[in-house]
Amino acid sequence: MLTKRIIPCLDIKDGRTVKGTNFVDLRDAGDPVELGARYAKEGADELVFLDITATNEKRKTLSELVNRIAHHINIPFTVGGGISSVEDVQVLLQNGADKISVNTSAFKRPELISELSREFGSQCVVLAIDTKKEEDGNWYVYLNGGRVRTPMLCTDWARQGVDLGAGEILLTSMNHDGTKQGFALDITRTLSSILPVPVIASGGGGKMEHFKDVFEQAGADAALAASIFHFKEISIPDLKKYLGENGITVRT
Amino acid sequence: MELTIIKYNAGNIQSVLYALERIGVSAEVTDDMERIKKADKVIFPGVGEASSAMRYLQERKLDKLICGLTQPVLGICLGMQLMCRYSEENNTNCLGIFDEEVKLFQASEPGFKIPQIGWNTIYDLRTPLFKDVPEHSYCYFVHSYYASLGEHTIGTTNYIQPYSSALQKGNFYGVQFHPEKSATVGEQILKNFLDI
Repeated sequence: MLTKRIIPCLDIKDGRTVKGTNFVDLRDAGDPVELGARYAKEGADELVFLDITATNEKRKTLSELVNRIAHHINIPFTVGGGISSVEDVQVLLQNGADKISVNTSAFKRPELISELSREFGSQCVVLAIDTKKEEDGNWYVYLNGGRVRTPMLCTDWARQGVDLGAGEILLTSMNHDGTKQGFALDITRTLSSILPVPVIASGGGGKMEHFKDVFEQAGADAALAASIFHFKEISIPDLKKYLGENGITVRT
Repeated sequence: MELTIIKYNAGNIQSVLYALERIGVSAEVTDDMERIKKADKVIFPGVGEASSAMRYLQERKLDKLICGLTQPVLGICLGMQLMCRYSEENNTNCLGIFDEEVKLFQASEPGFKIPQIGWNTIYDLRTPLFKDVPEHSYCYFVHSYYASLGEHTIGTTNYIQPYSSALQKGNFYGVQFHPEKSATVGEQILKNFLDI
């Protein structure tokens, strides 16, 4: 049976892993390759590397880093941050990335998704969506790391993204991110049920039962988290053991 | 030992090269027919679309070359599918090494996403390709099309229905999953192929 996936996310700045909450109070957390390799060894199913520098002059640093990751890590990995063209993706895939994720650039120019899926296949195009539930009860799409609101509904954008060729949706709830109070079950459930592609839930995972809930109650295909793994609040082997004991199929 | 990876218009070729490097093996990525012919082992990788890949191979006469190889050949993902008789992906006649047909997954009930992306188990494992690989080991899959079960099946996986996750006929081997991304299990399978 296909398993549910556990995906640690590593934020990268100037080629180093950084830890912090909500992009503030960033602390150096070492070499992303070493941390990624440790997670892979501990049983992570995939890794996401998110470049939060993402300025043009640093792009070369990123491709070199991706190349090093690809040489050392024996599980699939996704690279995101500042990707806005077929050429950007070409370089990352040539250096060994398995998938790339796009966010703001795809919203501003949706054809980017179709260009990428046509050129490289849907399987390597992850559409990352940052979303926030507002007082009217609707979930809206936010851009630029959550700083810019749009009037677009999350469900509409996700549907459009999949129609254009996105092969997976990485859904981050801004209401839940950093809270450790659990994932956004309602919007995750909505996207999982209306979309034909896998949904990766992100934001809010703080306890092992939150992962169980997002798989069991919201139908997520994968769950992503960062700080709880970096700060060793939850170990991946413990989490997998717990999920397995609770009837959720995971790779052990 | 000379190991070549067939270079064509499909993705993921670098990943195979890096995985081999991780287990201490160097390989050459090439579309040079003579180099491929005289290699001890050949890997035919790929992530992409069947009809454009077949067209590319035919234009360069790599299709006939692959079918005529006598050394051990390992097709991976699209590579394996292209070694089958026919693919529903844009109605493509493929290399016809394996008699099995390649079909599009049909989600029969909710909860099945297409493509299948992630880790699934392989079982009913046969041939030395799976030496020291336990039944129901997890491998990493990314695909929308699958090869049906048939006389050449040497590994089975369940997604919507049971299908061939590995095929073998004579010197030709094919795996639907990505050994280059399947952690230590995948590394064992690559090592086994090199020992065949």
